[in-house]
Formats: sequence, C-alpha cells, structure tokens
Amino acid sequence: MLTGKIHSTESFGSVDGPGVRFIIFMQGCPMRCRYCHNADTWSAAKGEAFTAAELLDKAERYRDYWGEKGGITVSGGEPLLQIDFLLELFDEAKKRGINTCLDTSGQPFTRKEPYFTKFQKLCKLTDLFLVDIKHIDNEAHRALTGHGNENILDMLRYLSDINKPVWIRHVLVPGLTDDDAALKRMRAFLDTLQNTERVEVLPYHSFGAYKWDALGLDYSLKDTEPPTKERIENAKCILNGGRKQC
Amino acid sequence: MLACISDDIRKKAWRGFTGRKWQEDINVREFIQNNYTMYDGDESFLEQPTEATDYLWGKLQELQKEERAKGGVLECETEVVSSLTAYGPGYIDESKKELEQIVGLQTDKPLKRAFMPFGGIKMAEQAASTYGYQINPELHKIFTDYHKTHNQAVFDAYTPEMKRARHNHVITGLPDTYGRGRIVGDYRRVALYGLDYLIKMKEKDLFYCGGRNMSEEHIRLREEIAEQIRALHGMKKMAEIYGYDISEPAKTAKEAVQWLYFGYLAAIKTQNGAAMSVGRISTFLDIYINRDLQEGTLTESEAQELIDHLVLKFRMVKFARIPSYNELFSGDPVWVTLEMAGIGMDGRHMVTKTDYRFLHTLENMGPSPEPNLTVLYSPRLPESFKRYASYISVTTSSIQYENDCVMRPMWGDDYSICCCVSATQTGKEIQFFGARANLAKCLNYALNGGVDIKTREQVGPEIVRPVGEYLDYQDVRNKFNAMMSWLVELYVNTLNLIHYMHDKYYYEAAEMALIDTYTRRTFATGIAGFSHVVDSLSAIKYAKVKPIRDDDGLIVDYEVEGEFPRYGNDDERADEIAIWLLKAFMKKVREHHTYRNSEPTTSILTITSNVVYGKATGATPDGRKAGAPFAPGANPAYGAEKNGLLASLNSVAKLPYEYALDGISNTQTISPDALGHSQEERVENLWHILDGYFTKGAHHLNVNVFGVEKLKDCMEHPEKPEYANFTIRVSGYAVKFIDLTREQQLDVIARTEHKKL
Repeated sequence: MLTGKIHSTESFGSVDGPGVRFIIFMQGCPMRCRYCHNADTWSAAKGEAFTAAELLDKAERYRDYWGEKGGITVSGGEPLLQIDFLLELFDEAKKRGINTCLDTSGQPFTRKEPYFTKFQKLCKLTDLFLVDIKHIDNEAHRALTGHGNENILDMLRYLSDINKPVWIRHVLVPGLTDDDAALKRMRAFLDTLQNTERVEVLPYHSFGAYKWDALGLDYSLKDTEPPTKERIENAKCILNGGRKQC
Repeated sequence: MLACISDDIRKKAWRGFTGRKWQEDINVREFIQNNYTMYDGDESFLEQPTEATDYLWGKLQELQKEERAKGGVLECETEVVSSLTAYGPGYIDESKKELEQIVGLQTDKPLKRAFMPFGGIKMAEQAASTYGYQINPELHKIFTDYHKTHNQAVFDAYTPEMKRARHNHVITGLPDTYGRGRIVGDYRRVALYGLDYLIKMKEKDLFYCGGRNMSEEHIRLREEIAEQIRALHGMKKMAEIYGYDISEPAKTAKEAVQWLYFGYLAAIKTQNGAAMSVGRISTFLDIYINRDLQEGTLTESEAQELIDHLVLKFRMVKFARIPSYNELFSGDPVWVTLEMAGIGMDGRHMVTKTDYRFLHTLENMGPSPEPNLTVLYSPRLPESFKRYASYISVTTSSIQYENDCVMRPMWGDDYSICCCVSATQTGKEIQFFGARANLAKCLNYALNGGVDIKTREQVGPEIVRPVGEYLDYQDVRNKFNAMMSWLVELYVNTLNLIHYMHDKYYYEAAEMALIDTYTRRTFATGIAGFSHVVDSLSAIKYAKVKPIRDDDGLIVDYEVEGEFPRYGNDDERADEIAIWLLKAFMKKVREHHTYRNSEPTTSILTITSNVVYGKATGATPDGRKAGAPFAPGANPAYGAEKNGLLASLNSVAKLPYEYALDGISNTQTISPDALGHSQEERVENLWHILDGYFTKGAHHLNVNVFGVEKLKDCMEHPEKPEYANFTIRVSGYAVKFIDLTREQQLDVIARTEHKKL
C-alpha cells in the first residue's frame, strides 16, 4: 500500500473549498514563491507517512461537521508531486462518498506520459480544483516562484476542455502581483476558460515569515505590507471581470 | 377545597386555547404543547424598532454610560430594605413613562441597586461602601443584633476544616457570601393562571401538608408554603403599584408579557442570586402574540415592541456586589437566561416567530450580554432558523447554544436553563448551586501530602509524598484519587450546610411560589481546573515529569521532558483521561448524602472565575505556571490545541453529559477570516459546525466571531463608541468586553484563537 508524505492536517478548514473541510497538507513543493507562508512544506525529505485509509479515517472523525458541501481538501506543499498517492487517496475518498478538492499550483502538470494519464484519472476523482495563478506573465512568474507558468496555464486549459469546476486564486502582493495591467491580462486569460466558478483574491500576509527564519532562509519581503482595502477591492473587481464584488 | 377559574374568566382569558389538563391543574407545558404554532419561515417578517424603543434604549444607554463613568454603579440604596412593595413605581424616564409598554423596576429609579441584606449584612454593606455609599446604621443594627443573615449562619456552623479548605480556595466560589440563585420560578404561570388561582392552589397544598404526620420535614414545608402564599399576595400588591391587577389570567399579549415580567420582577426584588434566569418563555409568549395578531388587535411592529421592551427590562437587572464577587463573575452579570427553540417530545420543533423576535432584539437594540439568550439546538431545527441564529452569532457574538438532543431525554421539553448552562425542569424542579472544587489544586495536594503550596498550610490529609526523581503515573493517580475522595466528601458536606442555612435564612419565597410544592431538587457540584488535571496526568503518563522541590521538600514546580498528548486534539490517549476524571469525580459525589435528598450532579464550568482560581493555584505538571489562569470550563488548556477547532470540539464532545448534568461549558472564538470568505459563508459554516458538534453529543457552545485585533483595540480604546456594547461570550455567559478587568481581558486575548495562518 502506498503512503503519502504529509506535513500536517487541519480539522477545520472553511476557506479552502466549499463548506467545512478537513485539510491535508502534503509535504514537498517545487515552487519557491517569495511570499510562501508554508515554507516548511517545501522539502520533500520531511513529512510523516500515512496511507490513504489512515488519512481518511482521521478526516471522517469530522464528517458530522461537513454537511452536504464539505469534505476534504488536499493542499500543500504541492499535492501533484505525489500523484500516485493522490490517486489512491481520492479513489478511496470517492468510495466513501467524500467530496474532494485539490488545491494546487499546477506546476508539476505535463501532457507527457505516463503523467498525463494519471492526471486524467485524477480529474475524474476530483470534485473541484483550486488553482493558484501566481502571475500571468511568464517571466514575472519565474522571478516570483522559480518556474515559468506555461504548463500551469496549459493545465487550466485542459481543465476547461473537460469542463472540470475550478476556483482560481490569486495572492495579492503589493508591488509584485497587484499590477493592474497584469491583473487585466489574467482576466483576459480567464475569459478563455469555460469552467471557472469563482475567482478569489487572497491578500498577502506575513504570518508565515517566521517559518523562513526557522528554516534559516532569507525572507525577501520583510518590508512588504499587506495590500490596502482599496487595492484588494480593485483586484477583485478586475479579476471578476467587473461583474461580481464590484 | 376546590380551586378553579370561573367560566367567565376562562372565556375572556383563554379564548381560542385548546387542551384540557392544563385548565384543571397547573401545567404550563401542556398548555404550550396544545397551543403553540411552529414557524418554518425566515426572518423577513421582522420589524424595526419603534420610536418609543429607540428613545428608551437611547435613554438606557445614557444611563449605562453614566454608570460606567461612576466606576460601575450608578446609585445604591442605603435606607430601604428591598421587598416586593418597598418602592413606589419606577420608570426608565418618568416624564415619558407612557412609552414603556412593559413596566416595573427593581427600585424607584433605573439602574439603582437595592439593599438586600438577607444573604449577609456584611456583604450588603461592603457592596455599598465599595462605591461610596453608607448603609443606615439602624439597618446595620437590625441585621446584626436582631436578625441573623445567611452568611452569619453559615459561618456559625462551618467546621475548622471547611474554613481551611475555603480559605485555601480548594473549594471555591461558594454561595455563602451571596445568594445561591439558580432557582427559576415558572413566571409564565402568572400570565396563564393569574395570582388568585395560584394562591388557591398553594392554599390547598398547605391544607393537606403534614396533617397526619407532623415531622420536621412537614413543619418546614408548611412554613415555606405559607411564605410562598405571602409572596403571591405581595406580588399582587407590587403590580397594583404600577396600576395593574394581576389576580386574573392575562387576556392579551401585552398583559401576558407584563404579568410574566411581574412574576420575574418579584424574584429580582427579593433575591440577588448569582444567576436569576427568566427561563423558557419564548414559545409561551408566542401563543399570546399569535392570538392577538390573528384577532387583528396587534401588529407585528407592536409585537416586536413588546419583546423589545421586555428585553430592555432584562438589560437593566442589577445587584449590589462585593469586589470578590466581581472577580469571580466579572462584568456585572446576572444571568437573565432565556431559552428558545428545541424539539418537543412529540417530535415537532418548537421554533416560533417570537424566537426570531427575541434574537432580533440584538439587531434592534444592538448586542448585549443580557438577557443570556440561549438557543436549544438540534440539527433537526428548521434550516431557516439555524441560519438566522448563526447570522446573529456572526454579527453580535451574543448568544449561546445548548444541545437539546442530550438535554431532552433528561429533562423533557419544558426545561429552562437556570444559570449559564444548567438545565432544570421549569416549575417542577429547583437546583442547589454549589460552585466548584478546584481539582488542579487537589492534584497538587496529592503530590504535596495535603499541603497547600501557596499558604504552606496542611489542608488535606497528610498522605505520603511521592519519592524519586520522576513522577510515577500509577502512584500519582492513586494519590490523586485518595485526595479527591477527601475533597469531595468535604465539599458535599460544606454545600449541605450552606443550603440548609440558605433555606432557613434566605428562602426564595417568590420563586418557590411559582414552582410545584413537591419539587424535585438537584445538587449541583462543579469542577475547576479540569483540562490542567487531564494534561498533567497525561504528561506524567506519556512524558517524564520531574518535580522541583524546595528546601522543605515541597514541590514548587515541574519540569516536563518529552512530548505528551493534550486534551483538545481529538487524541484518545488524553481524552480518555478526561472521561475518567469526570466519571471518577461524579461517582465520588454520589457516595454522599446530599441535602433534602437532592439528586447530585456536576458541571465543568467556571464562568470568568478561571482567572481567580488559577491565581490561587501553584504550578501544575502540565507546564502551567503558578498563578496562571485555568482554561475556562471544559475548554482545553491555552495553547494545547494543535489540530484546529474541530479536533478541539471533538475532544470536548467526548465527555458524557450523563455524568455532568449540570453542564459542560465550552467557549470558542473564531476569527471571521477563518470562518469563511463572505458573511453568507460564515453563517453557513457556523451552523454546520453546530450541527456536527451537537451530533457528536456535546452539551454547550459559546460562539464568538471576531479577531484578536478587535479585542486589543477595544482594550486600549474602550472609549470608542463602537465598543460601548461590544459583547463577547465567556464561559456560560456574555459580557461587555470593556466591563472585564484588565487581567481577564488579557486572558481572553491570550486564549487560543482558531485562526488558520
């Protein structure tokens, strides 16, 4: 039986997918986002091993709180790094009738085999994707995260093609990701997709900075303040195509 | 001797009501079940406050502001002993008294505190002098030389051991310096039957009591019934002062609300109990309101006004308290606890439009700690009501939830909450309130051979102290068990003594007059320091705990090596210790005789007293430092929760309510950002949390929805207008944050906030 490398779990998640959810944070992430608030999930060498059944048993202790909408959300770290385990976990979850949500950066996505077949299978087992677009501009994305965004946008196109529900999320960092022109470009991209149910703007905060220190890493955004209310509203307005929350 | 209500009066007052049994006896429950109307709709029918409501609430807020400016007390009576008829009428604003739909104040002026010496003359004097008032020396003489008070009587009879335990705070918060409260008269009876019928029924009871067998028990009961009858006559006179004749049943909604309030007013004019609940009145009043609405004699706006004005009165209940009382129960609470919703024994939900109207008072007049609005929750309540209650929680943090599904099997479908969280059958039962035993201190006694580390006194039995570098789990548990046996025996005996004297010197005649003569009695003990004992035992069992001893060989602190599971993480290893602790304590209580053959219960509930109790308690093996506050009620220790809110709730939900029938209080604060992105999501997520928690068999939940930043800002800038009524839920009640002591404010801020980073 496969095991997944798990950073931690949280019994009460209410902002990562619909309703009340059990959140599983996977260990390991290829991205090095400068504002990351979970830097302790980066290293693939750490983490505690769990089988799918063990995790779901744990999650189901909270099933009474979920109602009809709630369920589990797998976050990270980057869950797609452990796609084999994810397949087993979501397969078992579906057998148990649990709503599944995947919170991903999309970075490991590729249309190459054997990955793509696995990904296609995973899509069948996933009720909702939460996909972070860190930056719409490829170079800016690379500067921010260490990786380009072509395959990420490609994943979104694929999800749109198969009509899989997606919530888009964007972390708003003053001076880095809140430029109006870039936000408008992102909206233009979103307009090409069929499956976006919701666009969420997540205001940057520095609560995770202490983790960088603890890991002996240099946090480059020490002087960055959270965005103002006006900038948040502005971003919401642009990213929702001027329709909602304006 | 036949007591009955004439056909003429029945036709007028009971027109349209159905059911028979309640007409031939006193049976409010039967009346409610036969006549209430379920409401499944939403809140859209509710009305805004009337001009009169806005005016009166504005006036009251001015008075509250003035009260705060004067250090917490607006005015104290110094000349008149409070009684049903001690005062002429009083109004919020004498010049606009016609605006008050519901009338009646405790004294002649709003927020003026009455002089109530029967609980203890010393305390009554101290309460006044704290705020610069001097009680008339004549009154001092009367209540010291000529008439004994409850407090004096208790101290006459206390044993040296009791005094020692009390002084060392191992039994603590005892109702020997204040009224025990927690006795809920069935105030609805005044409205449904009128006083003449109630007097006749009590006269009948007196007639038949003890005729054949004049035992001490019967003699006492005869005297008590006579006192009750006198109180009922007094109530009539009290109502006359306000121009009302309440000898007959109420004929309209307005009369029903007013009659009921007079019943309650009688209680708060004669008793300054720690908790003065008004009980389960919402569904009852709805029947009258509904009838008038259907008859076209009342509009929705007028109906809301009646409820708003009743609630205004509940927001004005005041007692003169001594400083040590305020430390225990901070923020001037009186626990005007009021219940709504619930499910009937026949399976119908009991949500009515008036439940909405009561919740709506928090919108019409803003948040408020009083009355202590309590939703008797079941996942089977209509979704629209769950949604509205959650919405009110999210916007005001002013209501609490209790699990009807665990209480209904124990107490039926007409119970009230008699204090913060404790159930009692309305009109059929009373409770002897017994504060709490400090089990964290008891554990320290077990480890220090009965010596209190704070005072160095030998308080408990001198058992053999543990030896060796590390504490041994089995050894500690045996010692703790033995120490707890000693403590429980002493505790129960002390309470027996207190309640004997309370009955004798400070009998609750007005409340008891509205309760069945042959009443069931419960004997409520309580536990403080619960989570710290659990975590301490877990630390000793799963980690290594090294006691730090001083030169006398007494343990003053502990060093914990290694990790150990803590209560509050849904971890069976710690949670099973919690279950064991509750059961062990309760089993010990059951071993002893309890006063007047009452049925023993216990609670895990501390109010704000967790701060004071902690202050009096040395370091504990869980790593809690000497003097640090306890976690409140059944809450996990501060900082112990590592797996989020639901894991914490699951731990508390494991405690079997059957062993803590007096209540298991849990207070949680959720940051709005962590509850959901939008208001709509927050509301929806909150009632799902409640559904889950109560499905798991938990008993009680206080819900706060705000961020720690707001608390900090309020602590630093209490003068900001938006904080004047900023209400938060604490263990078992609500309080205005600005009315807490700084120490308690800091404690609230420090407590775990479930906020995902």
